[in-house]
Amino acid sequence: MGSSSSISSAHLLRLYDRFESLDRDNRGCLSPDDFEALGGLAMNPIGGRIMEAFFSSGQDTVDFSSFVRILAHFRPTDRNRNKEGAQQELPSSRTRKLKFAFQLYDMDRDGKISREELLQVLRAMLGLQVTEEQLQSIAERAIQEADLDKDDAISFDEFKKSLEKTDIDTKMSVSFLK
Amino acid sequence: MATLWRFTLFLCMLLMACGGLSLASKEAKTRSSQTETGTHNTTEEGGHGAGPITTLPIVTWKWDHISVQYLVALWVLVCWLCKLLIEANHNVTNYIPESALLICSGFILGGMIWGADKVQTFSLNPTVFFYFLLPQIILDSGYHMPNKLFFTNLGAILIHAVIGTCWNAASLGLSLWGCHMGGAMGDLDIGLLQYLLFGSLMAAVDPVAVLAVFDQVHVNEVLFIIVFGESLLNDGVTVVLFNVFDAFVSLGGGRINAAEIIKGIVSFFVVAFGGSLVGIAFGILISLLTRCTKNIQIIEPGFIFVMGYLSYLTAEMLSLSAILSTTFCGVLCQKYVRANMDESSVQTVKYAMKVFANGSETIIFVFLGISAIDKVIWVWNTGFILLTVFFVFVYRFIGVFFLQWILNRYRLVPVELMDMVIMSYGGLRGAVAYGLAVLLDEKKIKEKNLMICTTLIVVYFTVILQGITMKPLVMWLKVKRAAVAEVSLLEKITNKMFNHTLVAIEDISGQIGDNYFRSKWRHFEEKWMTPFLMKPSARKKQDDVFDVFHQLNLKDAMEYVTEGERRGSLEFVRNDSAILDFKKKLESEYTEAMPDIPPYMIHDDGNLILIAPLEIYLIRKLADHIPSVSLEMHEQTMKAMREPEAVDVHHLLDQHLYKSRKQYRHGFSRSDFKINRDEKEVQEIFQRTMRNRLESFKSAKMGVSPPKTLVKYSKKEQAVTDSCNGREKGHPKYGHLRCSTHLPFQRVKQLGKSWFKGR
Repeated sequence: MGSSSSISSAHLLRLYDRFESLDRDNRGCLSPDDFEALGGLAMNPIGGRIMEAFFSSGQDTVDFSSFVRILAHFRPTDRNRNKEGAQQELPSSRTRKLKFAFQLYDMDRDGKISREELLQVLRAMLGLQVTEEQLQSIAERAIQEADLDKDDAISFDEFKKSLEKTDIDTKMSVSFLK
Repeated sequence: MATLWRFTLFLCMLLMACGGLSLASKEAKTRSSQTETGTHNTTEEGGHGAGPITTLPIVTWKWDHISVQYLVALWVLVCWLCKLLIEANHNVTNYIPESALLICSGFILGGMIWGADKVQTFSLNPTVFFYFLLPQIILDSGYHMPNKLFFTNLGAILIHAVIGTCWNAASLGLSLWGCHMGGAMGDLDIGLLQYLLFGSLMAAVDPVAVLAVFDQVHVNEVLFIIVFGESLLNDGVTVVLFNVFDAFVSLGGGRINAAEIIKGIVSFFVVAFGGSLVGIAFGILISLLTRCTKNIQIIEPGFIFVMGYLSYLTAEMLSLSAILSTTFCGVLCQKYVRANMDESSVQTVKYAMKVFANGSETIIFVFLGISAIDKVIWVWNTGFILLTVFFVFVYRFIGVFFLQWILNRYRLVPVELMDMVIMSYGGLRGAVAYGLAVLLDEKKIKEKNLMICTTLIVVYFTVILQGITMKPLVMWLKVKRAAVAEVSLLEKITNKMFNHTLVAIEDISGQIGDNYFRSKWRHFEEKWMTPFLMKPSARKKQDDVFDVFHQLNLKDAMEYVTEGERRGSLEFVRNDSAILDFKKKLESEYTEAMPDIPPYMIHDDGNLILIAPLEIYLIRKLADHIPSVSLEMHEQTMKAMREPEAVDVHHLLDQHLYKSRKQYRHGFSRSDFKINRDEKEVQEIFQRTMRNRLESFKSAKMGVSPPKTLVKYSKKEQAVTDSCNGREKGHPKYGHLRCSTHLPFQRVKQLGKSWFKGR
C-alpha cells in the first residue's frame, strides 16, 4: 500500500480514524450504506458515481487499502520536488487522475463514454436549469467536439486530448492529502 | 515618415495652443481684475467684459465664460492625442510600455508650457485626481474583475495587501530615519513621525501603474491577480496609515500614547470593513435597480456609472476607503447586472467603462509628466532620493519573498520562485502616491517639496524603468504566461464535474476544505441572493455549460451565414450537396435528438422541397420584425402540413438557437429606438427577394436559368402582395411557399454579425 500511494503516516492515521468512524458496524470494511449515511454525498449530483468508484472491482465492500488507494488519486502532484528527478512521475499521476475522471463518466466500464452516459452526467448536474432537449444538444455537441475517430463515443485518449489544456492537477487535488 | 510629419505638426499646434492659452489666461486674469476694480454698474449690463460698451458688438470674445470648461476639454483632447500618436507605431509600444511614453509626452508638454509661461500653470491636482480621474479606473477594475480567481486567491492578496504594505511603510520610514540619524542626508528638518508618514504614502502599490504595465506583459493569471488584487486592496491600509500618521504629526510626538495607537489600529478595521460594506451596499442597490429598469433600457447603462461614483463618494464622505468601496461594488454587481440588463446595455456598460478608464489613465500619466516640469518643487537631496529608491526596491523584494514563502506552505499550488520575483518587481508606485504627497500640509511638513520630487522620481523609476524592463525580465525568467483559453464543452462539463467530485471527496474524508466553503457559498447564493437580485427571466439561463453551448451555437450560425454569403444564397438551393453538407453540420444536432422527424419539408406541386431547419428558424425570427404577414403565412403553412412533429421541431429550434437581434434604424428621437415601421418598404424588400429566390428555386428544379433582369413591381402588384393574407395568387400551398421559404441573406448576415460582434 505504501509504495503506490505514499501518503505520509500522519495522513494515513487520520484517514484510518475516518475510516473507522464511517464503518458503523465495525466490520473492517465499508458498505454502500455507510457511504449513503453521509448527507452531503447524498445531495451531491454525482455522489452515486463517486461511491461506485470506490466499489470498482465488483465487490460490495471497501477495505482500508482500497479506500486509501482511491483517495490517493486526489493527492496534489508534487511538482517542485520532481522537477529534476522523476519527470515520468508527473504524467502518470496526471493520467491516473484523468482515468479516475473518465471512470466517473463511463459507468459501464466499456472504455468509451457514449452519448447516453454523457447525458446522464449532464442531467444529474444541470437537470434543474436546462431542458431535456437542450441537454441532448449539449451532449451531442460535446461528443462532436471531442470525438476524433467519429465513432460517436469518447475514448480515453480523446478524453485526454480534449482536456490537455486543463490544469488537472489543481482541479483534482485536495490540499490535506499532500 | 508620415508619423514624423504628423508629430511635428502636432508639436507646432501645441506650441501655438499653449502660447494662446497662456496669453488668454493672462488676459483673463487682467480682465477679471479689471472687472473687480472697474465699475460694477456697467458690468451688470454688458456681462463679463471690459468696461461699458459704446456700440452693438456683433461678436465678442467670451473667454471668461468658458475658460475652465474649455481648458478641461482641451486638455482631455491633448492627452488623448498623445495616446494616438504613441499608438501609431506598434514597434515602439512593444518595447516601451505606453505609460512610460505618456509620461515622456507629459514632459514635452510640460516643457512647452513652462517655456510659454515660465511657471507651471497645469499640474496634477489631487482633487481632480482623486475625485474625477481615479473613480472610473477603480470601477472598471472591480466590474471586470475575474471573481473566481480573485476569491480563490483572496487569502494571499489580503496578506500581501495588509501585512506587506505595513511592512513597506514601516521599513522605509524607519530606515530613512536611521540614515538621517546617521547623517547620510545632510541637513533636513524631518522627524521620525514625518518619515513614517512619508513611508506610508510611498508604500502603496498603485493599481493604475500595475494595470498599465502588466496589461502588455500577459503573465499567468494567478501572478497577475495577486499583484493586482494587492494593489487594489492595499488602499484600505494606505488610507489608514496616511491619516493616522498625518494626525500624529499634527498632534506632535508628545501626545501619542497607547490610546492613540490603539485607536489607529481600530481605525484600520473600521476603514477597511466599512469601505467594503459601503461597496457591497451599493452593489446590492445597483443589482436591485437593474432588476426593474426594463422599461428604460435607454439609460440603463448610466445607472452603473452613477451608482459606482456615488459609492466612491459615499465612502470618501465617511472617511472610509473609497477604493475598496468601489472595488467591491463592481465585484458584487457584475454578475447580476450582466444577467438583468439587456444585452445591448451590457455591451454599452462594458465599452463605456473602458473608454472612461483608459481615458483617465492616459490623462493621469500625461499629467504626471507635466507636473515634473516645475522649478518650484524641485529640491534635490541626493541622499534622500537615492536611499528612498533603493529602500523601496529592496524592501519590496524582502517583503514579498518572506510573505509568499509562508503562504506557499498553505497553498495547493505553490507560487514559483520566478513568479515571486515578478511579483516583487511589479510593485509599482504611481499617481496615488503622488496625489497623497501633494496633499501634505506644508506648514506641518517643511520638506514637502522634497517629498514631492522624491515621490515623482520613485514613480518614474518604477513606471518607466521597471515598466520597460518588465517584459524582457518575464521572458528571460521564463515566467509562465497567460494561457489563451479556447473552451470546449467537454472541458466545461468536466470542470463542473471536478468541482462536485472534490466536494464529495472532502465529504468522504471528513475534512472541511476550500471546496466545502465554496459549495456552501454557492448554495447560499443560489438560494438567497439570486432570487433577490436577479430578474426571474434571467435566472433560468444561469449556467457555465449552457453559456458555452450558447456561444458555440452562435458561432455555428455565423458560419452558416458567411458560408451562404460566400456561395451566393442561391447556391444552397440549387446545389443539393450544399444543403446536405450543412444538414450534416447543423441539422444533425437538432434532428438527431428526435431521429424520426424528417427535415422540414414543404409540398410543392407534389414534390418535396428540402429546407434546412436553421433557415426556417431564421425566417421565423425575422418574421418577428417584419409585420405579421409572413408570420401568419408561416403558421398557416404549418397547419396545412398537419405534422404534429413539426411543432416540436419549432419548439426545439426555438430554444436552441440564438435570438436574432433587432436591427434598429434610429430616428432623431433621443428617448426611443424605434424599429423601422415603414411597413410598405420592409414588405416590398421582403417580397421582392422572396420572389427572386423562388424563381431560381423553381428554375433550378425545371432546369431553366433564372431571369437576369430586375423586375420592377408596380404599386398595384405591391398592393396585391401586401394582401398575401388573402392568398389571391396561385396554389394555396404554393402561395405559402412563396411567403415562407425566403431567407434574406443580407438581413440575416447583418443581424448575425451584429449579434456575434456583440458577444
